[in-house]
Amino acid sequence: MSASASDGAVVAVHQPDSFAFSAEYAAAAEQIEGRYPPEKRASAVIPLLHLAQRQHANWLPKAAMDYVADRLGMARIRVYEVATFYTMFNKEPVGKHLIQVCTTTPCWLRGSDEVLGACKRRLGIGPGETTPDGQFTVVEVECAGACVNAPVVAIGDDYYEDLDGPAMVALLDQLARGESPTPGSQTGRRGSCPATGPTTLTNQPLPSAAADLATGADD
Amino acid sequence: MPKLTIDGMEIEVEAGTSVLQACEQLGIEVPRFCYHERLSVAANCRMCLVEMERSPKPIASCSMPCADGMVIRTNTEQAQRARKGVMELILINHPLDCPICDQGGECDLQDQAIAYGFDRGRYAEEKRSVPDKEFGPLINAEMTRCIHCTRCIRFCEEIAGVSVLGAVGRGTHTEVTTYIDSAISSELSGNLADVCPVGALTNKPYRFKARPWELRKTETIDVLDAVGSNIRVDARGGEVLRVLPRLNEDVNEEWISDKTRFACDGLKRQRLDRPYVRREGKLQPVSWSEALETIAVRLKGVAGRRIAGLAGDLVDAEAMVALKDLLHALGSPNLDCRQDGARYDCGVRAGYLFNTTISGIEQADAILLIGTNPRLEAPIINARIHKRYREGGLKIGLIGQQSQLNYPYEHLGGGVDPLNAVSAGKHAFADILKSSHHPMLVLGAGVLTRDDGAAIQAIAREVAVATGMVRPGWNGFNVLQLAAARVGGLDLGFLPQPGGLDTRGILEGAKAGDIEAIYLLGADEIDPSRFGAAFVIYQGHHGDRGAHRADVVLPGAAYTEKNGTYVNTEGRVQRGRMAVFPVGEAREDWKILRALSERLGVPLPYDTLGQVRDRLIAVNPLFAATGGVETAPWELFGQRGEASEEPFQPYVDNFYMTDPISRASLTMAKCIDAFVPSREGKTGTHG
Repeated sequence: MSASASDGAVVAVHQPDSFAFSAEYAAAAEQIEGRYPPEKRASAVIPLLHLAQRQHANWLPKAAMDYVADRLGMARIRVYEVATFYTMFNKEPVGKHLIQVCTTTPCWLRGSDEVLGACKRRLGIGPGETTPDGQFTVVEVECAGACVNAPVVAIGDDYYEDLDGPAMVALLDQLARGESPTPGSQTGRRGSCPATGPTTLTNQPLPSAAADLATGADD
Repeated sequence: MPKLTIDGMEIEVEAGTSVLQACEQLGIEVPRFCYHERLSVAANCRMCLVEMERSPKPIASCSMPCADGMVIRTNTEQAQRARKGVMELILINHPLDCPICDQGGECDLQDQAIAYGFDRGRYAEEKRSVPDKEFGPLINAEMTRCIHCTRCIRFCEEIAGVSVLGAVGRGTHTEVTTYIDSAISSELSGNLADVCPVGALTNKPYRFKARPWELRKTETIDVLDAVGSNIRVDARGGEVLRVLPRLNEDVNEEWISDKTRFACDGLKRQRLDRPYVRREGKLQPVSWSEALETIAVRLKGVAGRRIAGLAGDLVDAEAMVALKDLLHALGSPNLDCRQDGARYDCGVRAGYLFNTTISGIEQADAILLIGTNPRLEAPIINARIHKRYREGGLKIGLIGQQSQLNYPYEHLGGGVDPLNAVSAGKHAFADILKSSHHPMLVLGAGVLTRDDGAAIQAIAREVAVATGMVRPGWNGFNVLQLAAARVGGLDLGFLPQPGGLDTRGILEGAKAGDIEAIYLLGADEIDPSRFGAAFVIYQGHHGDRGAHRADVVLPGAAYTEKNGTYVNTEGRVQRGRMAVFPVGEAREDWKILRALSERLGVPLPYDTLGQVRDRLIAVNPLFAATGGVETAPWELFGQRGEASEEPFQPYVDNFYMTDPISRASLTMAKCIDAFVPSREGKTGTHG
């Protein structure tokens, strides 16, 4: 596991004193809680922590974990255990844009070092660090599950794929200007179709026996 | 009933038995770290691997239920190799600090590494290290040594009933912690040092004090509450270094409370190590002969009815019977073993005992707690209730002050009104009790110290009868006593004799000048100003309240320093044994009384411990049957009368200081700083 903003168990940063779901999040939480029988409410802990993180600038203060624990009738330590187990829960404040650079083998083979280097050059921060203006946090993550379009970076809820150094810098520039870059492949290919364009099924299908069969079947 | 073969031996076990338990039944030793008989099965240490036929890899025997036709082999090449692999993995991150580790010499990991460890490591990388945790004044946490067996986490949740420990993080970064660096606030936290198989959690006050092989181990009985926990006292020279639990399924299983375990440093402080006599307002050290002579001179010509005797909370039955006989010889009918001034009916044994017995709690399906906080008054009994609660289907009601009990309960009210309502069948909880198979009630001893104690005892008896708690084979009426000496004192009749005064009467008499001399046998819970101008003889082991007021101080022996008999709240007669000699010139208590009787011209008819015990048995044959519990016959007791509506208060509000030993203990003082938020000037058993 790489060093990330989520590592480290002991809470050291400034922690808010209290936390509660806003009306909108409370409604969502109730909907999630409703999926489980009352004595199994604890099952809702991960989705609720996720909601809490979303509401609270993408990180989970201790107060939010306590709030979720009390809400679900769990011992607080049981919630700390869950929250610290998953690296996707941030136990410390992160920048407005959380940049998760995948450095697992396929992405690494396709140049994730260059992508990480671009972040370092453009933002002046290494993995696990946040820019002083609080805009960007860069972390290394293990396989993001989009190897076909490696190297890949997750920023917030979106994936940006087929990156290289300049493309990464361009993305960061756009984000810094407050724009919302288009997610997906940055080389313009659609989904995960071959980078050089379609390589198979390039001609029109022949009138097929299947079509005949289909008409025949109707008879 | 599955039948299986282990190492060529056939065994038939009960369904649900694990392979490891089956191995134990056959006497085959299987190494383990995470498995613990009294905790849930985690199966995460993997040390108990055994080979199972038709299984491609070894299985964790602790979590594999026995099945019909299984063939298990525990001593094959494959099983040995697997265990060695696990051991090597565990040792990768375990520091090589055995020489400075307190667990050294009694460490499961050390012992098993002898059998399954390699003599050198193949791991060249850096070892993991974990920042120190602060778990409070009782438990020292050296978490770099932790092997993540999670016994402590399971103990906290399943036995102590406080979910404070957890494993946070993941993989190699996993840490067992409270996450927010808080002390473990449980009255049973000391047991964590026992369940921890390595040196991660150890006894903090005992840190760096001794090695296990230097210690002299004495099996005895705890006296700091009325549970009578079975303990082992470890001493070196004349010093008691630590107290450990001893297995007794009927009493404390294998747990003891923090006071039992950690108050032993109080045995070294504030001790009375020589006799004193008050001269010119000051206590002056004197010889035994002078002290006894002073008493003899002062008591000469004093009428027996102007003399009184009070026995304290930690006194052994031998000393009490000796004082009782001495007072009788002096013609005094004024004696009481209830220094708290309780006035309830002690004529029927069932009326002051925990009749259900501690292990009987496990059968109960409804419990009514009356004016008691078992978490503070008897943590071991509270742990049994919690154990029963976890099995499910237990309904608990509480009358009296609400407190945190580690299990949910229904609060019926604060005073005698809800109790009357239950008795009359007008309260919904009465129906719960009536419809239960094994209902029980627990009456706090604090309630009995009230002016209307006897009346409440009578109402509680009515509740027991009205809700069907008493029938052949089951008695759900329980008094939770607080003092180790109490039941013994009541059993041997250390009570006002015909025409005599009880504690309150004695104190009023002292104030009025009717009582001229008071003999305090370890009685420290009485406000000294209430003795008036009486001549006070204090016999005991600590310079506590009683000794400060005394005119003559006779140094006695603490519970670790004498062979004494104690009767716990269930009525179980148990023998404590001498672990170290009394300090200085202090003597065993019955011997002091025997020597004094000689000087007073009324020599007691016993010269050996055996003879004192014969006398005990003559007074009450129950003292002959040690270890077991004799069912007390159910008779009429209590006095119908007016009961005040004042809410019931638990008697103990500060668990850590309830007696002269724990009041002298530094560790207990630290616990109060750490765990008791606001004390408002109260200490120990106020009232």
